[in-house]
Amino acid sequence: MPYPDDRKYTKDHEWIRVSGDTAEVGITDFAQQQLGDVVYVELPDVGTQITAGQAFGTIESVKAVSELFAPMGGQVTAVNDHVKQHPEVVNTDPHGTWIIKVRLANPGEAASLLDSARYQALLG
Amino acid sequence: MTVANAQNDPNVPKPSNDPNVLRHTPLNARHRALGARMVPFAGWDMPVEYTGITAEHMAVRTRAGLFDVSHMGEIEIAGKNALAAVQTIACSDPAQLQVGQAHYSGLLTPEGTFIDDMVVYRMAPSHFLLVVNASNAARDFTWISEQVKDAGDAAAIDSSSRYALIAIQGPFAQDVLQSLTGVDLGGITPFWFAYGEVAGARATISRTGYTGEDGFEVFVPPNVAERVWDALLAAGRPAGVVPAGLGARDTLRLEASMRLHGNDIDETTTVLEAGLGWIIGWSNERFIGRDALQKQKDRGVTRRLIGFEMVDRGISRHGHQIVSAGRAVGVVTSGTQTPYLKKAIGMAYVPVELSKPGSDLEIDIRGRIARARVVSMPFYKRGRDAISG
Repeated sequence: MPYPDDRKYTKDHEWIRVSGDTAEVGITDFAQQQLGDVVYVELPDVGTQITAGQAFGTIESVKAVSELFAPMGGQVTAVNDHVKQHPEVVNTDPHGTWIIKVRLANPGEAASLLDSARYQALLG
Repeated sequence: MTVANAQNDPNVPKPSNDPNVLRHTPLNARHRALGARMVPFAGWDMPVEYTGITAEHMAVRTRAGLFDVSHMGEIEIAGKNALAAVQTIACSDPAQLQVGQAHYSGLLTPEGTFIDDMVVYRMAPSHFLLVVNASNAARDFTWISEQVKDAGDAAAIDSSSRYALIAIQGPFAQDVLQSLTGVDLGGITPFWFAYGEVAGARATISRTGYTGEDGFEVFVPPNVAERVWDALLAAGRPAGVVPAGLGARDTLRLEASMRLHGNDIDETTTVLEAGLGWIIGWSNERFIGRDALQKQKDRGVTRRLIGFEMVDRGISRHGHQIVSAGRAVGVVTSGTQTPYLKKAIGMAYVPVELSKPGSDLEIDIRGRIARARVVSMPFYKRGRDAISG
């Protein structure tokens, strides 16, 4: 599965698609492959402040529990209820499935994240 | 081997999961060719999943799955006094077994707790085969050798390397296996076994398993394991039979409420606390742990292994605390979201006063308190819980 150029990536395998001072956050295809069948997500309430590099939620597969890390800081403006009800969409369409939306505290933080080419280089 | 140095030491280390020293079953190359995700397990390089745990779990419940369980340990005890020797170390009563029959049993400490659980097969009047967990096989053998050394004419050998073990489990298991053997499988009732050939290879065919489904476990010599595996897959493919990994094996056994040693039972939990009193062979006067269990039976247990379902959202996992009035009163031993029942379920030790079905529990899931309810086990029973519609 290709890693789209319209967004940035983290070494923790989240993606973030920035548009002005807002952004959508999801997990990468590599992350969903590593997790296996996703069966549960625990997400913050709308309005929660999140900090770059800090956990904002958890995602669970049949076997494993993983934390979701915020690629950038800000305030949660939306939580994807469809993902809460049907967590398996993260497996079937990881790059088309945003998990939370964030109003960014500092859009400049995006500069420190990986672009598609560098992320794929990281995966080897 | 290092096992020799560990003789008499109850603290023989568990097998290493150092990737450089992992052991391979005779089917390792097959798993890799099938695209399995391999993980270190009990010192072995094992397939955890091929296409996905959920799909493999569902295949076993509705069609059949093929498992490589060659990592399991085999210990054989033979000699004129073999029965007495096995009666010493097995908490069931092996005297009740006829030749060709097997039963579930425990290898216990003098305190009545589990060194391991196992299946005991009576191969001949004075020849028994014990199938034990991979993670405990070396420790089990050390312990058993020590216990039977004064049993007269009886010797224990670790014959793990002489067997590959392939399980085919699910409603189609009998038809698929029958197409490859002349043995009348319909004549083998659960927990009995027969000798014969499978795909031209000498085999012991046992109607046993660890999934809650009907099925068979086939013991074959390692050098023909690939041939038997390939033949079973080829015969089963048209009917939707798939290879299944350790991930599905774990969710299947949990749905069927089968205990996993190291999670639900161990050297700190007794047979009675684990709700496995039915495996105790009270007619066996010899077994290690009998006195302790008799005392506990007379006195009554103070905690019990129960099954629970989550009421609130969330999945409880091994190690989570059961809390009551802000205090830890028990612990979750296994927990997952089950693919077939589509519920978050688990097992936990709780005080007897909280153990009745319908009792409300609170579980600390990483700092969040979530409600759960005690339910009767098994969660899943073949025939009772078929998917409707």
